[in-house]
Amino acid sequence: MIARWLVESMFLVTALMVLGGGVLAVSARKLVRAVFGLIICLIGVAGLYFQLGSPFMFAMQILIYVGAVCIIIVFAIMLADPGAMEDRFGSRGAPVAVALLSATCVFIVILNIFRRTVWLPAEIRSADTSLQTIGKRMLLDYGLVFELISLVLLVAIIGAIVLARGGRDTK
Amino acid sequence: MSPSLLLSESLYSYLVIAILLFGMGVFGLVQRRTLIGMLISVELILNGAGLNFMAFSKFLAPDPTTGQIFTLFIMGIAAAEATIGFAVIIAVYRKYRSIDADRVSELRG
Repeated sequence: MIARWLVESMFLVTALMVLGGGVLAVSARKLVRAVFGLIICLIGVAGLYFQLGSPFMFAMQILIYVGAVCIIIVFAIMLADPGAMEDRFGSRGAPVAVALLSATCVFIVILNIFRRTVWLPAEIRSADTSLQTIGKRMLLDYGLVFELISLVLLVAIIGAIVLARGGRDTK
Repeated sequence: MSPSLLLSESLYSYLVIAILLFGMGVFGLVQRRTLIGMLISVELILNGAGLNFMAFSKFLAPDPTTGQIFTLFIMGIAAAEATIGFAVIIAVYRKYRSIDADRVSELRG
């Protein structure tokens, strides 16, 4: 009973981290604070993965998102203009009301789809979530996708170098 | 307390969190003016999708590893996207001295 209560309160804490971090990430004026909100949100999502029974995805989420993607965004903020760090609400871009309306429309539509669908679990469900199975399936069943992702990452690395170096040679 | 009453063991609570993440991402994408702000919002959207995959694979899928593998692929795509976005932001900043999406409005290189 007490264990269940602990799991439940941990779920609430992680859900609160996800939502609070997300609100901070989209509404903070300074972009550095927005990245901080994004980090809190991503750690919360990692906690949700842990609760969904996958410590491996928990580690991957922390490593890839918090460790790599967020650091890249911090680098982008550092290398861009310090004066451009302020991101004011709707001074020239879309007003807040328009953004809120579109986000609410998307939210309501998807929520209704979720509510009206009858979610039935598959009749035969394997309980095997071990790391060995994940690795085998990733390299055997999804081998082509795996290779494609590695190709995409290679092209992204080369493209990033070409794009970021491009302006320097012409000077 | 029966197991189905627990929030942490119900599919819907994860789905609702995922839609909220997606909605916040859409809000930020429409409302932000700077390219970096948009990049942050796109990460929120991708995470909403990944959370959906994980929840479905835990509660519904015949093979619970499928969703984890797809979420891994989404993470790979997100890393590539952040890298390219970073390079584009640096290139745009070098040319226009600004990362304001409204100011970057001419196509000539």
